[in-house]
Amino acid sequence: MSITEERTNNVIGQRMLRREDPALLTGEAKFVNDLVIPGALHLAVLRSPYAHARIVSIDVSDAASMPGVVAVYTGKDLHSTWAAPMPCAWPVTPDMKNPAHYPLAIDKACYVGDGVAAVLATSETASRDALDAIDVVYEPLPAVIDLEDALSDRVIIHDAIGTNKSYTWNLKVESAEGAVDQAFKNAAYTVSERYIQQRLIPMAMEPRAVAAVPQPFGGDVTLYSATQVPHILKVMTAITLGIPEHQMRVVAPSVGGGFGSKLDVYAEELLCVALARKHGAPVRWVEERSENTQATIHGRGQIQNIELAADKDGKLTAVRVRLIGDMGAYLQLVTPGVPLLGAFLYGGVYHLPQAYDFSCTSVFTTMTPTDAYRGAGRPEATYAIEVAMDALARTMGIDPYELRKRNYIQKEQFYDATGNHVGYTAFHGLNYDSGDHLAAAEKAMQHANYAGIRKQQKTQNVPGARKRLGIGMTSYFEMCGLAPSRVLASLNYGAGGWESATVRVLPTSKVQVVTGTSPHGQGHETSWAMIAAEKLGVAPEDVDVLHSDTAIAPLGLDTYGSRSLAVGGVAIAGACDKVIDKARLIAAHQLECAAEDLQFDKGTFSVKGSPDKAVPIAAIAFAAFTAHNLPDGVEPNLEAQYTHDPKNFSWPFGTHICVVEIDTETGKVDVLKYVAVDDCGNQINPLIVEGQVHGGVVQGMAQALYEEAVYDKDGNLKTSNLAEYLVPAACDVPPITTDFTVTPSTTNQLGVKGIGEAGTIGAASAVMNAVIDALSGLGITKLDMPASPNNVWKAIQSVQGGK
Amino acid sequence: MQVSITINGTKQSHDVEPRTLLVHYIREHANLTGTNIGCDTSSCGACTLHLDGEAVKSCTILAAQADGGSVTTIEGLSKNGEMHPMQKAFMENHGLQCGYCTPGMVMAAIGLLNENPKPTEDEVRLGLEGNLCRCTGYHNIVKSVLAAAKK
Repeated sequence: MSITEERTNNVIGQRMLRREDPALLTGEAKFVNDLVIPGALHLAVLRSPYAHARIVSIDVSDAASMPGVVAVYTGKDLHSTWAAPMPCAWPVTPDMKNPAHYPLAIDKACYVGDGVAAVLATSETASRDALDAIDVVYEPLPAVIDLEDALSDRVIIHDAIGTNKSYTWNLKVESAEGAVDQAFKNAAYTVSERYIQQRLIPMAMEPRAVAAVPQPFGGDVTLYSATQVPHILKVMTAITLGIPEHQMRVVAPSVGGGFGSKLDVYAEELLCVALARKHGAPVRWVEERSENTQATIHGRGQIQNIELAADKDGKLTAVRVRLIGDMGAYLQLVTPGVPLLGAFLYGGVYHLPQAYDFSCTSVFTTMTPTDAYRGAGRPEATYAIEVAMDALARTMGIDPYELRKRNYIQKEQFYDATGNHVGYTAFHGLNYDSGDHLAAAEKAMQHANYAGIRKQQKTQNVPGARKRLGIGMTSYFEMCGLAPSRVLASLNYGAGGWESATVRVLPTSKVQVVTGTSPHGQGHETSWAMIAAEKLGVAPEDVDVLHSDTAIAPLGLDTYGSRSLAVGGVAIAGACDKVIDKARLIAAHQLECAAEDLQFDKGTFSVKGSPDKAVPIAAIAFAAFTAHNLPDGVEPNLEAQYTHDPKNFSWPFGTHICVVEIDTETGKVDVLKYVAVDDCGNQINPLIVEGQVHGGVVQGMAQALYEEAVYDKDGNLKTSNLAEYLVPAACDVPPITTDFTVTPSTTNQLGVKGIGEAGTIGAASAVMNAVIDALSGLGITKLDMPASPNNVWKAIQSVQGGK
Repeated sequence: MQVSITINGTKQSHDVEPRTLLVHYIREHANLTGTNIGCDTSSCGACTLHLDGEAVKSCTILAAQADGGSVTTIEGLSKNGEMHPMQKAFMENHGLQCGYCTPGMVMAAIGLLNENPKPTEDEVRLGLEGNLCRCTGYHNIVKSVLAAAKK
């Protein structure tokens, strides 16, 4: 038996090392492309070299006769294979335009990388060699890469919908009609800013890979994919291919990072399944990196216009936001919803009256489709409000921290008049579960030595100084824990936001946790075992966590949006409660007492007041298994399933501070210090929490300083591989100072909030505020990301003429 | 063409196309899939292994060039069921998340310490310049390597 008398219920909160690591460290872990699949055919996809072109003709005859080639298909050949176009699950408005999107283009290619033909061959090299022998005649059309140009409809990309505009979505909240206009009219200070959220390439280190294995009889198919969303993929593949859902099984084995880029349903997944069924043989595909930069979704891609109105003290009185969102050539799974995820956050962490006017218009362009990338809408929103707050502070001539302090939602505002914690109901009606922004900010200030840096600036940033010092901050809210199903319904999302868990105590008292989350680097196996161990009073090593195979974990909504702990982890706790409730009935039966007279602690039920009358859950598990002597009405086996539908989003928050030094002669920005003080509520495993912050911060910093998907005027991606797209290396980034405050969430039993995206949400604006702070003495108050040496140098030249 | 390479102490011989890269030889002929492929421009370092004792990106070398050589892959690091000190240091310092860059990162880190047994933090950061990680922000990777250097 695994349950010792010394068992304590203090597993949660320990820095437990990850059980995932040995397999990953020794090469034993299997990613999709490591799977040995005898007899598999290899798929290769021919991609359009034009951003926008009519397909006049495709001649596959030479390719089809090459050695090893089994078949070559065009979009026309496969058109009848698809029961439905590729899915977009988020029709954000009833009149949203969504052009039909098929795994292979039929009449027109709409971005560089759009698939136009597919080769099946007996080896990967043979399949790729044959691509060169396919003869496609294109009639090139003008590219559309500028969002405002796209909106003008000068060139229509999708003839069938007759416009490049996909939708306009509004969120206007006014205490009385005209409140926003009135606030701007009465404002003592206003700022009006325009920011560009450049396109980013998510660049998970494992490119995508797919393998579809059909059963020889009966029609069942197993799809292995490097995906974050095996459950969503199963449903969508079934719908798109007209396969009965119960005949589809999706497995995500070890997955090498996602960051949103594997939260999708991709052409190659559908092609592999369709062709595996057609040929009665396994079909596999692996993405090359330079293919990944074009065929896997991009992130960000927005033009943001933000206006703030403030009274004479700098207190915000209204916010107005106008966005243009770059959808790329087609709508992928949640493409149109990304700007909406930010729509509630342009008021930041500030007490804003009901004077808010948000509108987003999204357009098609002839570039790779965009979709969710780490933070999805929330880093963009945080960037806009936080960089604009610095602009407002400059306009007023006050310190940016002082301005924030005047505007923070105060800790007391989370309580009602009688001192009950009720959360803070924001201007838009959503309730922020808990928060203490000032506490997090103060802690960050101390770590960063804010006052000391301000003092040092006075001596260092003198006229003619080669190296200028800057300090910038961001206070953020992250709306995560996606999501309450009813709220998703109000946003027209095509699914719910619940998560499922099954907890099973086996006859020998070992525990299986089955989760609907699908980890790809986050360490869920370790953390979920800790939750179950804490709840059931067993050792974490006696808990196994099963996931990412729809045959083993049939119910789930997968991993994205910092939802896994706040929804999936809480579901596990709920399933444990149900197991304990059932075990209590059996324990009461064995101890001949009433169930309500029992207490459960450290894995053992005991009669209140008679601690010697006790039975461990291990014994109950065995009794439930033998079923020889169960109370009436209690089913054999100790197992429970629980589905958690969160009643609220969770709202992690924090303050990040960045210190930079800029070489005015080279334009190079050196990050001297980065402080992240985050509050994600209770922490299950602080080791993993810190790791999530480190990685998130560097991704946000990378947007601020290094990364940009650059297209030329003809729509060619100039940064199409890792030699040209600058993912930072270890020497490009500093160590990160992490610290935390702990303000538990009040809306779930674990008090947890989520941490996956916080770093990315806070970092880009903290870094850019520091950069602009360093340069503002030169007269530079605006700079687009990335603040690369070239861009910074040019900005300095433009104000100084090189002096 | 015939290529013979000693891999993790065992000599192997395979008939390969002349264009075969060492990384493909290791993965597809020697069936050792711990060495990962992350790019096609020799930028990411995921395929780093040791050839004749030196850390190399195995996508920059043809299998034919390694003919007669000796290769150690991530699978060859642990001895008698014990992980190599560098592997242990990565585990103890949470130096990995998704684990895809990890085999290459570990092999590069061992190569780094072979050349510079007591590096400073800056030397570790510079020394790992050729290996990209998208998950960890490098913070705990650097910590892992410094911890291994202390052992």
